[in-house]
Amino acid sequence: MRVLKHPVLGDLLDAAKVRISVDGIQIEAREGESIQAALLASGIRISRYTDKRREPRGLFCAIGQCTDCVMVVDGTPNVRTCVTRVRDGMVIETQAPAGGDHAK
Amino acid sequence: MRSVDVAVIGAGPAGLSAAISARRQGADVLVIEQNPKPGGQLIKQIHKFFGSKEHGAGIRGIRLGESLYQEALCTGVRVWLDASVFGIFDASVLLVARGLLENKSASKYKVHAKSIVLATGASENSVSFAGWTLPGVMGAGAAQTMINVERVLPGKKTLILGSGNVGLIVGYQMLQAGADVVAVCDAQRKIGGYAVHAAKLSRAGVPFRLGFTVSRALGHAGVSAAEITKVDERWKPIPDSTEQFDVDTICIAAGLKPYAKLALMAGCRMVYSGILGGWVPAHDRCMMSSVPGVFVAGDLAGVEEASCAMEEGTLAGLGSARFAGLGEPGEIAELSHRAEKRLRELRMGRFGDHRQHAKNLIVEALSRG
Repeated sequence: MRVLKHPVLGDLLDAAKVRISVDGIQIEAREGESIQAALLASGIRISRYTDKRREPRGLFCAIGQCTDCVMVVDGTPNVRTCVTRVRDGMVIETQAPAGGDHAK
Repeated sequence: MRSVDVAVIGAGPAGLSAAISARRQGADVLVIEQNPKPGGQLIKQIHKFFGSKEHGAGIRGIRLGESLYQEALCTGVRVWLDASVFGIFDASVLLVARGLLENKSASKYKVHAKSIVLATGASENSVSFAGWTLPGVMGAGAAQTMINVERVLPGKKTLILGSGNVGLIVGYQMLQAGADVVAVCDAQRKIGGYAVHAAKLSRAGVPFRLGFTVSRALGHAGVSAAEITKVDERWKPIPDSTEQFDVDTICIAAGLKPYAKLALMAGCRMVYSGILGGWVPAHDRCMMSSVPGVFVAGDLAGVEEASCAMEEGTLAGLGSARFAGLGEPGEIAELSHRAEKRLRELRMGRFGDHRQHAKNLIVEALSRG
């Protein structure tokens, strides 16, 4: 959910739109925002499943340190989605455990 | 290899202040910042700062970061954004990767500096209760970044763990952003932060659960509820004291610890200070660490507020310029003296005395060798 009105920061200004795909579904994002911001704005909280127990993980530190939010971006695994900005046409996938399917 | 007089790592309040003061002494200064935006964590501080006018009281943190950055650029400081230091050798050579975030492949640089200021900040502490790894459990600072920088709510109903200033401020800012804050809990029996921040939440009807900690986060694909439990004086759970709240987010505000990876890599001797957030590099009054030519400032040198970080940055900047053989010694001594005086003022009173004492111990630890 986006914060459209804010008592200190004012109204959210218009931004150019970009389109990204998340697990095959097209979503709209604001140019310049992080991948995590675009995902949370669309209600997507899970970034990956852990290797051993296949547990879901999502945003935790938002400063690129904890690596809980890593996803597969344009075919590259382990991309920190809290510090990586969206680009038009980006293909994002929930990161599955290495070498196995994730239990969704 | 590129050569500069002073390399500053981190473009937060400490790093930018260090860069400005070193530049004013005639140093060729390069600031290296890993984020694409300068300002450090000031970029999400939308509240007004307290204190005296000379420390920027009444100004929102977000504006303070912007004005420091502009001042640095105007004085001729060079700033590399989206640039990560991944190696530090002989207290003078830095390995830097630029463009890691904006481009797929980074360009690597070797930078030689006569002196170095480390202003790498801090990271959030966590609390490992059952279910703490579920999506929706996050650092309070992480939630603050999402609402104030990205303008996206990480959830609609939040429970805050920790009643220090970060917990109180983020709780209020979640309300400002349109979320519901169901409670603020803290294992301590009294509110940790300033009364003025706590009062804002109380006025909005947010209940405080003091003497309570989060015992469990419930949910499958993400948090759906938080269970809190009362604890005794030894922080042991009291049976049958649990309460449950339906929430989709739990924000952990359990303090910060110095982010000391580069200081350790540089070989800085570390000292433990619980009050200042844990292991911090020992340093002298001019902010020089145990490694000659390597200075530290801001949260890395002990977690405090941005106002202290700026003064420490000023001291470190002056010290680094002098170490590089620049500036006029008399003027540097006078400016350092004034910054130290302002720092002492910031560390007075109920919320400051213990920090001043902890800082004194760190300086003494270094002089003992």
